[in-house]
Amino acid sequence: MNDKKVIWKRKPLIKNRLLRIGLILLISTYLLSVFLTTEIDWQRILEGIPRGKIFIFAFFPPDFITRSDEILAGIFESLWMTIVATIVGILISIPVSLGAAKNIAPKFVYFLSRGVITLSRSFQEVILAIFFVKLMGFGPFAGMVTLSLSTIGFFAKLLSEDIEEINKSQAEAIKSTGSSWFQWVNYGVQPQVMPRFIGLSLYRLDINFRESAVIGIVGGGGIGSTLNTAFDRYEFETAAAVLIVIISIVMIVEYTSSHLRKLIK
Amino acid sequence: MPIIKQKDYKTWKKFDRKRDLQNWLCWFLGTLIFSFCFGLISSKTIWFYVFDSHNEALDLLGRMFPPETNYFLTLIKPIWDTLNIATIGTTIGTLIAIPLAFLSANNTTPSKKFLRPLALFCIVSSRSINSVIWALLLVAVVGPGVLAGIIAIGLRSIGFCGKLLYEAIEEIDENQIEAIEATGANKAQIMTFGIVPQILPAFTSISIYRWDINIREATVVGLVGAGGIGIELDAQIGDLAWAKVSVILLAIVVTVVFSEWITAKIRRFIL
Repeated sequence: MNDKKVIWKRKPLIKNRLLRIGLILLISTYLLSVFLTTEIDWQRILEGIPRGKIFIFAFFPPDFITRSDEILAGIFESLWMTIVATIVGILISIPVSLGAAKNIAPKFVYFLSRGVITLSRSFQEVILAIFFVKLMGFGPFAGMVTLSLSTIGFFAKLLSEDIEEINKSQAEAIKSTGSSWFQWVNYGVQPQVMPRFIGLSLYRLDINFRESAVIGIVGGGGIGSTLNTAFDRYEFETAAAVLIVIISIVMIVEYTSSHLRKLIK
Repeated sequence: MPIIKQKDYKTWKKFDRKRDLQNWLCWFLGTLIFSFCFGLISSKTIWFYVFDSHNEALDLLGRMFPPETNYFLTLIKPIWDTLNIATIGTTIGTLIAIPLAFLSANNTTPSKKFLRPLALFCIVSSRSINSVIWALLLVAVVGPGVLAGIIAIGLRSIGFCGKLLYEAIEEIDENQIEAIEATGANKAQIMTFGIVPQILPAFTSISIYRWDINIREATVVGLVGAGGIGIELDAQIGDLAWAKVSVILLAIVVTVVFSEWITAKIRRFIL
């Protein structure tokens, strides 16, 4: 019998010891430098704690009644904005996504459409909203334009990826009947991407509603404006009510859209 | 695919009459809803400004060019702050998301009746509130600055990472756990040797993905005062210093592209 105890040690995640120690050092210097360069005003935080308490207590119970008109108006405005923006955005992204599919579009159109998609994806909705509010004035129209534009980047990118993966033989069969280009797209391509198309539309509707809450903060209309006003007036009970309304609508929309997407599949 | 007989020749249509009618009805209803909504929006719009917007846009572009390039030097600190908000926020978010994910996964939750719905509720509410709204809320509580941004990004990341992580936990291979269980391991040991190694790849890719998203979001939380380059953007727009604004926009694009490039690199290196 061997007296020595055999001890098993877990293998380290990173085998190279030098790399392991180097990574730890790197991370700790980074954390230290963050800590040193970040100004944190403890005085202000101490001041804010009672305010935070007030805000948390505002949820029990939230005040739906005092500003109920404004909350309702904001919600409906957000809904109109979302619906119109999603439809407009999708209508524009259909040609863009056809252009951005490598197997359909000629090189020139491909790069042009990819450019449109990249442009629409590179800025956050809020930044776009600031500029559209500046250009078109306050209100839901600017918000709608913003949401439509950001829909293009999302929708056209994902749809064009789906178009690139279609079954070629089906498309070719349609082509061999002597169809025109539009007939070819309509009967050869469109039926193949339709399930994805509907799924993406529902998903984007969901995202657009969430984003519409933010766009209001910079003047794009909708429930965000109501929320921002409530914060500006320090009416935390109303703000809590608005937040609860947003959360519940998002939950309803998300639940229905995921249910519908499953149904379609 | 019904074939229709005309007087002297046959032709076909894609759908039969009933389906055609249904489609038509759907389009009709859709158009009705669309025009109704658009009408409501247009009633709140001052069309004069909208029709004038192209002049305004040209004017704005004229003011934005040429960009004030030497302004870029003052942007280095805000960009550093933005990166920190995203990185530290992601770290905090994922760290909180781990226990929540274990509580809400069907196969690891200790109590299905009470803790699981609670954890799921936390995940959903964190997900449904945008980080800018979280920031708005936190600026009121902890004051303007980087800290509010970090917490806002962290809170928003909890829901995203928690959801993806608990889905990954639910999909693990039960046989491996059984094997660990058969050696007489206790609950904690099953966790560290049975579950964690299986979800580690998912965890890494989720965190990297979220970091990439958070860089984008960290550029805008500053608009409501929560630190980073957004504060600078808000200030310069307020000053109508458009030549500086164009530099900031350029900086944001560069930061976003950089983050995309680095995440692609890391992903290729690790996974």
